[in-house]
Amino acid sequence: MQQTTAAIAATGLRKSFGDTVVLDGIDLNVPAGTIFSLLGPNGAGKTTTVKILSTLIAADAGDAAVAGHDLRREPDLVRAALGVTGQFSAIDGLLTGRENLILMADLNHLGRAEGRRRADDLLGQFDLADAGAKVAATYSGGMQRRLDLAMTLVGHPRIIFLDEPTAGLDPRSRRGLWQIIRDLVARGVTIFLTTQYLDEADELADRIAVLDHGRLVAEGTADELKRLVPGGRIRLQFTDAEGLGRAARALSVVPAGDDALTLHVPSDGSVASLRAVLARLDAGSAGVAGLSVDTPDLDDVFLALTDTAKEPSV
Amino acid sequence: MSTLTLAVTDSATMLRRNLRHLIRYPAMAVSVLGMPIILLLLFVYVFGGTLGAGLHGTRGYVNYLAPGIIVIAVSSVCVPTAVAVNVDMTEGIINRFRTMAIARVSVLTGHVVGSVIQALLSTALVIGVAVLAGFRPTAGPQEWVAAFAVLAMIAFAMTWVSVALGLVARTPANASNLPLPLWFLPFLGSAFVPADSMSAGLRWFAEYQPFTPMIETLRGLLLGTGIGDQALIAAAWCAGLALAGYLGAKVVYNRGGR
Repeated sequence: MQQTTAAIAATGLRKSFGDTVVLDGIDLNVPAGTIFSLLGPNGAGKTTTVKILSTLIAADAGDAAVAGHDLRREPDLVRAALGVTGQFSAIDGLLTGRENLILMADLNHLGRAEGRRRADDLLGQFDLADAGAKVAATYSGGMQRRLDLAMTLVGHPRIIFLDEPTAGLDPRSRRGLWQIIRDLVARGVTIFLTTQYLDEADELADRIAVLDHGRLVAEGTADELKRLVPGGRIRLQFTDAEGLGRAARALSVVPAGDDALTLHVPSDGSVASLRAVLARLDAGSAGVAGLSVDTPDLDDVFLALTDTAKEPSV
Repeated sequence: MSTLTLAVTDSATMLRRNLRHLIRYPAMAVSVLGMPIILLLLFVYVFGGTLGAGLHGTRGYVNYLAPGIIVIAVSSVCVPTAVAVNVDMTEGIINRFRTMAIARVSVLTGHVVGSVIQALLSTALVIGVAVLAGFRPTAGPQEWVAAFAVLAMIAFAMTWVSVALGLVARTPANASNLPLPLWFLPFLGSAFVPADSMSAGLRWFAEYQPFTPMIETLRGLLLGTGIGDQALIAAAWCAGLALAGYLGAKVVYNRGGR
């Protein structure tokens, strides 16, 4: 059993709202101390998954254990181990940043002195020390997100759910948040991250699962996912039509037919396939002016795997 | 930590949060306080001359009116309570509370205790204004303690009902409307004129609605008029309303995240 190392283990999670099936049986296994990213378009069921795993709502069917505790039988033990930063800011806008953190410290029963110390530590760590005495409603979007995450961290959670944590943040704030996430994982925290940003998953996640219409359509490392889809190609550039024609014959591919003098050769992006193409070009004595290799990125994976034609449902 | 200690500790934390809101943003509390005082002044100085002429056995209309206004001051807290609960539920922070290992009910009890405190402070102020307007209660220290116990009991019942209404309401605007019947009921009771001066149907309603025994109990304690079984009926109403509010609130609250 992997039970001892799995921070999150779920099988056959199902959830419907009325007639709408939001989760249609998903299995998850997230090893402790790793970043797992759930990727999917709007309405795919990402937030519902987070809500179920963080004990906010109950699944209609399926079993799940978080931090080794069953969601249904021991929700309080699950809650004691996790922290959630949702899509919508979960701060008290009427309190100051520091009061928000102290509120969390009190609810985590840290004790007065320790709670205040923890609040001040986190204010410093999240670059909010100067704003600590200001009411949180006046914070910028980036500051609110940082405060939100800081509040999640007050109780030293072992597993953190981040539901689209960087939505609406500027690039600098995003990168700042990424660094915070990496630091947390370095300390052994498990991160369950949902995102629509493919670069974010590519950048952070150890494993990525693609969710679409309530089903997991793919799971693996970023590289494994990229290999799943076609789209890798070698682009050859020629100086004249004659060279193009010779190369096309040598490689048995049809030129695109435009006047761009380029040839696209399907490829998995590996060195061996590149070498084979070059060998055939040499044999056909076709001179190449320029060459580039395009590998699929997660955007290709995302677009190929998720069905965008259907109406997004909530 | 035992379940009870946990509930008390977490409720105290939530209470501190609510009181901090109240102190920092007193606009709602002040406007709520303003209404019973305006009613008091309006009825004493504008309508009081005529209304008081029909009353015998009291020393001036203000003495008849004050206990009713004091109860209205308590029920006035219903609106801000329902709104505050609703705002809490519609904002992201409630989902954070729900995913923490805290006593779940503390989110609600924090509001209840905060509102009871607010209601008692309001009544103290309203009593002060009433005294300035000529209210002369005959109560001794024991009666005053009893009167505040009755007011706390009413406030407790009203706030649990308000918490439930705040949870049921879909928007804060909706939440501010739902408790209005509670606020209006005293008008159809013995707050402003005795029930027996009303037409038959209304009199029946006035005699059996919850605010009349509450007002009569308070009037008896403060002015020495007869209480009879009114105190018992008032206590039964309060217990019933508090229990209904509590159970209703619990069901809606536990129905979970939206």
